[in-house]
Amino acid sequence: MENFTPIPSLIGGALIGISATLLLLLHGRVAGISGILYNFLTPSTSSQERSWRALFLAGLLGVGAVWFAIQPAAFDSSISRSLPIVAIAGLLVGVGTRLGSGCTSGHGVCGMSRLAPRSMIATLTFTITGALSVLLAGGAS
Amino acid sequence: MKLLSYLFSGIIFGVGLIVGGMTQPGKIVGFLDFFGNWDPSLIFVMGGAISVHALGYRLMTKQPQPVFAPRFQVPTRRDIDPRLVLGSAIFGAGWGLAGYCPGPALTSLATLRSEAAVFVLAMAAGMLLVTLMEKKPKELAEKRDRAPCCSEETRLPGAPEAL
Repeated sequence: MENFTPIPSLIGGALIGISATLLLLLHGRVAGISGILYNFLTPSTSSQERSWRALFLAGLLGVGAVWFAIQPAAFDSSISRSLPIVAIAGLLVGVGTRLGSGCTSGHGVCGMSRLAPRSMIATLTFTITGALSVLLAGGAS
Repeated sequence: MKLLSYLFSGIIFGVGLIVGGMTQPGKIVGFLDFFGNWDPSLIFVMGGAISVHALGYRLMTKQPQPVFAPRFQVPTRRDIDPRLVLGSAIFGAGWGLAGYCPGPALTSLATLRSEAAVFVLAMAAGMLLVTLMEKKPKELAEKRDRAPCCSEETRLPGAPEAL
């Protein structure tokens, strides 16, 4: 457990909670990143519905660019995965979040905060298969 | 102000992910590695986010409507269907494989590292693939309904699609 970072993680989590709360109280929207990305990408979304998602995603990506320039270590990956494996993983995440209607933010944070039964089942399920996936991939090395 | 608040929410979310260590795939995999060198940090990220947002949700239930919108758009479904479980299972498999979920992958895209770029491209393709696969059977069914006499199977090769 030498990599355990309880305090920064708690602060980071609180910030994610604040962001989700702003989106909910100001705009009545759920901060589910997979949903925001999908509805931004899909052609059937109206331009007005697309523009707010574009702004949110711009903030999410922009802060990554600025932070990376100052502290690149925040994006370090201590695990090595080949690019074909990363591509398969991305595909699974894309298909899975669409079928399951959400990801770690929509189900894990927003849905769990509402005690939504669907989100609890979803979070439990993806944590279990995530652990199995890591086990099969040979752990965190 | 209204539009800026979207941008601001995205920035706060991104800062939260970075500070919380979620843009380091090793920390995600470390959390999911229950039987190895376990890193419980992600529980603290989730705990912090849920405690704050649960309060936000309570505030919501006391408001008639959002500040800038006519109504709250929160999912109300409560049924557990196979699609939800199967989808979440597939998502989890990918999450553990690369150590990225959608938010951190997008924030990491700005580093222009090939892992993040490949992951996000494949993820976007996967999302659109589901739409494509779901649209096709529906379109075929509509076609069949319009011309009940000429289903795909009975049409001769080279025959026109519709008469």
